This record gives sequence, structure tokens and C-alpha cells, in this order.
Amino acid sequence: MMAQPIALPGPHDVARRVLPNGIAVLVREHWQVQSVVVNGWVEVGSLFDPAGQEGLASFVAEMLMRGTERRNFQAIHEWLESYGASLDVSAGRHSTGFAGRSLAEDLPMLIDLLADALRRPVFSAEQIERLRGQLVTAIKIREQDTEYVASRLFREMVYRNGHPYSRPVEGTVETVSHFSRDQLVEFHRAHYGPRQMAIVIVGAVATETAFRLVEEHFGDWENEHQPSPPALPAVERLATIERRKVVLPGKSQADVVLGTSGPSRFAPDWTAATLANHILGVFGMYGRIGARVREQLGMAYYSYSRLDGGPGPGPWRVVAGVNPANVAQTVSVIQDELRRITQEPVSEEELENSKSNYIGRLPLQLESNEGVAGALLNIERYQLGLDYLLRYSDEISAVTTEQVLAAARHYLDPDAFALAIAGPDHNDLST
Amino acid sequence: MATESTDVSRVVLDNGLIVLLKEVHTAPVISWWMLYRVGSRNEHTGRTGVSHWVEHMLFKGTERYPAGTVDGLIERVGGVWNAQTSYDYTAYFETLPAEHIELALSIEADRMVNAKFDPQEVEAERTVIISEREGSENSPIFWLYEETRAVAFRVHPYHHPVIGDMADLRTMTRDDLYQHYRTYYNPNNAIAVAVGDFETTTMLDLVRKHFGDIPPGPQPPPVTRAEPPQYGERTVRVEREGNTAYLFAGYRAPAATDPDWFKLALIDSILAGASAPGGNGIGNRTSRLYRALVERELAASVSGGLYPSVDPYLFSVMVTVRDGRHPEEVQEALDAEIERVAAGEISQEELDKARKQARALFVYGTERVTGQAFWLAFSENFSSYSWYESYLDRLAAVTLDEVHEAARRYLRRSQRTVGWFVPVRADSEEKRA
Repeated sequence: MMAQPIALPGPHDVARRVLPNGIAVLVREHWQVQSVVVNGWVEVGSLFDPAGQEGLASFVAEMLMRGTERRNFQAIHEWLESYGASLDVSAGRHSTGFAGRSLAEDLPMLIDLLADALRRPVFSAEQIERLRGQLVTAIKIREQDTEYVASRLFREMVYRNGHPYSRPVEGTVETVSHFSRDQLVEFHRAHYGPRQMAIVIVGAVATETAFRLVEEHFGDWENEHQPSPPALPAVERLATIERRKVVLPGKSQADVVLGTSGPSRFAPDWTAATLANHILGVFGMYGRIGARVREQLGMAYYSYSRLDGGPGPGPWRVVAGVNPANVAQTVSVIQDELRRITQEPVSEEELENSKSNYIGRLPLQLESNEGVAGALLNIERYQLGLDYLLRYSDEISAVTTEQVLAAARHYLDPDAFALAIAGPDHNDLST
Repeated sequence: MATESTDVSRVVLDNGLIVLLKEVHTAPVISWWMLYRVGSRNEHTGRTGVSHWVEHMLFKGTERYPAGTVDGLIERVGGVWNAQTSYDYTAYFETLPAEHIELALSIEADRMVNAKFDPQEVEAERTVIISEREGSENSPIFWLYEETRAVAFRVHPYHHPVIGDMADLRTMTRDDLYQHYRTYYNPNNAIAVAVGDFETTTMLDLVRKHFGDIPPGPQPPPVTRAEPPQYGERTVRVEREGNTAYLFAGYRAPAATDPDWFKLALIDSILAGASAPGGNGIGNRTSRLYRALVERELAASVSGGLYPSVDPYLFSVMVTVRDGRHPEEVQEALDAEIERVAAGEISQEELDKARKQARALFVYGTERVTGQAFWLAFSENFSSYSWYESYLDRLAAVTLDEVHEAARRYLRRSQRTVGWFVPVRADSEEKRA
């Protein structure tokens, strides 16, 4: 017997309820696997980090799985690992996400652990110090990573005047070294709560069982002081090309990150912009940019473009890893492609290729529980409606080459962008 | 749960192509894999990296599918494709919505024989691969692995990295690449696997249609340079710019077909955390080495690895030294813990837990067709697809006494190579752009 044609998740098989305290719960049953995934977020991220305390939300999130009122570190991980389950919590800018997985019969325990971690962490002094050293080591490793360093520099250049997107979610060695237990406890007490929280459960579980588990473990959660996310200041557009570079001794390759701020996921031209980005630096071997930088000139193993989106104006950037001698030429080629995508309509064929990929890839994206959960999180996060995937094909098909051009022009400018470079010392780094 | 995957059909075509087919009807997708029995294991000095470069050239066009066209064909139908080169194999895959799977067979049958190796494309790809290597060189761990492996394997070709030595990447010719391609890319040196939403008879007809007429080639030359026994611990020290120290210990380990391999797999799980074919996403915070090194605040992280290889390879431990700590004290703690295990300090409880973890990971590993198809092809290469299918049963058959005995025999200092990455000061500095 063959599988049915792709069964898109929709109102007919996804159940959504909002608990009185504000938590949105989405459930989709899938009985052909033995496992279940639990994904979601709480509405607290690094946007709440006070100035000079970058990394606080991230540190708090990392502490949640290190001891609760009912379970110490050993008990948490002994249970997870013995049952082959996993549960990770980590902070982003707008929210702190969690991702768990277990065999279906262990779901009650997984939800119990999730509630314990989010609601009842203890922040033991011993675990704080243990984590601190690990985070400091991790940040130091990243400070030697050319792509990370270039990306961080890029953010500082694009999101100026203290815009929160300029700050590193993970903090710096300086900030992470100084958080006190009181700061961590207070941050958790003040910011964690059920409002705007979402939980998505997908797998071998009955819908009513899933709802009941969430209600039992989260239904009585309240935090009347839970703050609304701070409003984002406007991003000041760059008027020219701004260049900065950091030299990292001993490296072989330079990483180049260039671009600007792009649309938020809520922007009306979001879909057209992602199609423009797909043609610019994704389709096939990294789109038009890859065709020139990698395929034609052989200058880079990777050179692609990426549009982050998100609840705010995330970056729209091109990334390339090249020999330091090729930085200037690479930048010049990328600039040509920025000019082309903002001045000429893309061809009908290019647009059809990208649209066809967007629509055709759904079966692969929705093959696994994780894939379905990811799609549902996206639907909830951006309030796309449970019928979003059913409408998706029509929405993509409707985008025109004129709309793609307009979107590219709206955000990209071949003569005004931030150019960040990190790599070994080389004259050519001064482009 | 191991019985879930007993429905593999194995057929050998007249030209020698091994075909493994497994129906999975949970989603309307199919993954198609072509694995060639060639990797860095088959390379000689002067041609290191040739297998990986050949893999790149198979994306650079045939008469039928000129360079750059296949990406579009695959992506238009919403599929993904890629390739990987390793020590023992080079593998290509396409995962596609089920109704488009014939495209994968058509592409793979064509490039088994008709890849052009256009000289201009060879030159353009030379710099891409050099760039790939330079990107890897930006990571301290790359240098540590490269240097340590080179010391662990003096004779066997496992001694060089899959990407190849820079000297060879600069000097290899189009003819070197093409000769390698013609020697190893034959149906009788290949394994084809499909897993997903199809009917076996229909798929087999498609396989015969596309691959049945490709003539077999001469049997490729065997790998003859076995690694001689090791007499005494070997050590390596890499000093480069950086700000974090790393420590690697690699113990001589048996080939995947050796019954001892499964004993070491359990020891790896107990020491450094659970792993199983296709599984990932489970932590190692209750493993012995995490407790001994990370919880004691000597290390920031630790991981273990036992790679199922054709020839004897390594059981390895990799440690990221915690900021402010020194490799000496980390090494001391690592050695003490490993010696406890070698002295018989593993309990039945730990063994049972390792098996339970493997079972859960194995279940997760069967939830996507791409991973399943890979493991069938991969295990058929070094042993037989039944190696993968019987994985949990093989673990279940290992006794505590056997684990103790294996720990004693394999975890000996004289049988290991230890490498340290010692950072020398590297302050970053912003320069005027």
C-alpha cells in the first residue's frame, strides 16, 4: 500500500486551544512512529537583557535544565538519558525555545520535566559556576571563529545606536563572567510566565491526552507582572557602503558578511523578499551568487545569501568564506549581483523554479514529527492560521516578478550596505 | 524493535550492482543512495584527496545533464541531493517526493559512467576544494585531528584526511582524477539503496531499466597497506594561534565486522555517551567522562567516537579544555577514569542503560527515510545490511564479562595516540578597512 499523497497539516487534523492563562497548545497526532516531539517557546528573550548585561536571558535559559525544586542535575539527565529522551532549552532574541523528544509512553514524564524546568528552577550556586566556565569557554572558541566574528561585527554595523539586534544573545566573556545568582533568579521571576507561550505536540499521542497533560502541568501557571516585549526602535538605514574588518592571526580563510536589515516575517512583502533571496543566493548551488563565486570563479566553497526574518527586521545578508587574496573580487561580484537583483526583474523561469521548490519541498519538510512541529510553531508564531499550509501553494504561486523586484529594491541597495570581514592579516582585506 | 526493519530486499544485478530496497510508507517520499566502495582508504601519497575531488566532479556535468542543470531539476520538484566522501566510501543521494524518484536513478546511472571531467571545470574546482580545506583549517580541531591521525596511522591510508594534503590538491591533474573515477565507479563496486514509499517490484524494474545495461569493470585493486602493530603510546602536540586547548585520545580499535566492535560500542556509550546508527539528540551528561571531566570543571565538553570502519580504526575521545584549566590536569583525570573502566569497573546496570539508550536512538533513526537508506548502504559497504538490522540484537548478546575483557584489552596506553592542541596567544584586532 502506498502512502497517501502528502497530507498537509490543517484545521482537520491539528487541534488548537488557548488555556485561560494564555498558553496556546497545538496538537497533531501521528501514529506511524513510536515517538513524540514537544516544541515551543516562552515569550522571553535577549530583548529583555539590560544594557551591559548581554547574555542574561541566555544564561537563565541554560540554567533551567540544571536543577529544579524537585530534581537535581543528575536526576534530570539520568531520566532523560536512560529513556533516550531529550529536552533542550535555549534563548533567542524574542523568545526562549524548547525542544523535547521521547518515546510516546514517556511523554507524561517529559511534560512534567518541562514544567519543572520552566517554572521551578533553583539556580544552585554550584551549577551557576559550572555553567559559567562552559559558557566562557564556548564564547572564547567563537571569538576565534571567523564567520562568527564577521557576523557579530556585521550586526553592530547594521543595527546601530543601541538597537537590541546589535547585541550578542550569548553575551560576552565580560558579561557572562559577572552575572550573580540574584540577577538570574530575579530575571526568571520577573520575565517567565505563560502569556504568549506556545506548546506544540506532534506524534503518537491522543489529542485529548496531550491537552490534558499541558493543562495539568501549566494550567495554574501565572505571572501577573510578566512584561510585554519592549518595542523595537526603528533601524536606521545605511547611506553608503561601510567596511570594517577584524584580523584573526593564524587563520587560512577570511569570512565576509555583507548586507543590511531585511523584512520581518509580518511584512507584506515577506514572501516576495524570500523568493528574491532564494534566486539571489539559495536555489541550486547558492543561487546567482554561488553560480558566479563558486561555480564560475571557483573562489569559495560557500557563498550564499540568507534572509532571517523573524518578529522584527532580521538581517538580509550574503556570507562567503574565501581566501584572503580573493576578498575584493568576491565583494565586487556580490555587489554586481545585488545591483542586478535590485535593477532588473528576475526571469519568469527563475521565479518558477523557486516557486516550484517552495511548493514541492513540503513532503520532505513534513516527513518527520520535528518537521511538522516546526511548521506548526511557525504558524502560531506569526498567526498564519491553521489553514496556512493549505493556502500556501496559492500564496506562493501568486507572487510576480514585479513584486520580487520591488521587494529586493525595498531592502537591498548595491551602494549602501555593511561589509564585515574577519580573517588572517592580508592587504586584500582592505577592499 | 529490531524486527521493524527486516523487510529489506537484496538483489545483485548481473553487472554486480548490489541493490537494497526497503518499503516505508509513512510519508510520500523516497531516498535513493549510490555508494561506491572508494574513499581516502584507497588513496596513495601524491593523490590524497582524489576521492573527494572526484565526488565534486560528479556534480560538474555529463553530456546528458550539463553542469548546473541537475540542481534545478532536483530543486524544482522539491527534492534535496548531496554527496559525502569518507574513509571507506563515496556516497551520493537524492531524497524526493515519491512520484519523482526516477529522476534520481536517471542522474546516478548517467554519472556513474558519463561524468565529463572538463579540464576547465577541474581547475575551477581545484580552488573550490582548496577553499574548503582552508575553511576547515580555520578550526583548531581540524589541525589536531590531522596531526594525530597521521601519527596513529603510519602505513594505512587512514593516516591522511579525506580532504587531502594541500600539496596534492595543488598538483593533481585531470588525468589523475579521471583515472580514479574509471577505476572505482563501476556497478560491481557500488551499492544502490532505496527506502521509502514505493513497491519493491516496481522499483526493481526501474533499477534494471537505468542500471542493468551498464557493463561491469575490472575489480578495483585491494588496499594492501595494513597498519602494523603499535608498540607504545604515541603523542602529538600542535601549537597554533587560539585561545582554547583540546585533547584527543585515540585507541586502536577493531574493524566493524569484528565481534569486539560491539563491545567497544557499549564501552563508548558508558564512557562518553550514547550513540546508535542514525540516532542523535541525546545528551551525555550522565556518562563517566562527563562526570569526571565536565562536572569536575576540568573540561567544557567531552565526546567519544567509534566509527564502523572497513579496516581497524580508532576509538576516540575528544575533550575541550575548560577556560583556565591546563591539558595536563585534564589528561590526568581522563586517564584515571579510563583506567577505572579498563580495570573492570563497569556495572551490569550501566551496561543495561547503554543498551536501552541504543534502542531509543535506533527508533528515532528509523523515522526518516534518508537516514535509513544511508545506514543500509553504509553497513553493506563494511559488512552487510544485516549489520544495521541486527545492531540491537548484537548489543543485547554482549555479556558483562566480555565488556570487561574488551575494556582491558583495548583501553591500553600502549595502544593509543594522544594529541594536544595547545593554543598560543592570538589576540584579534580591528584594522582599518
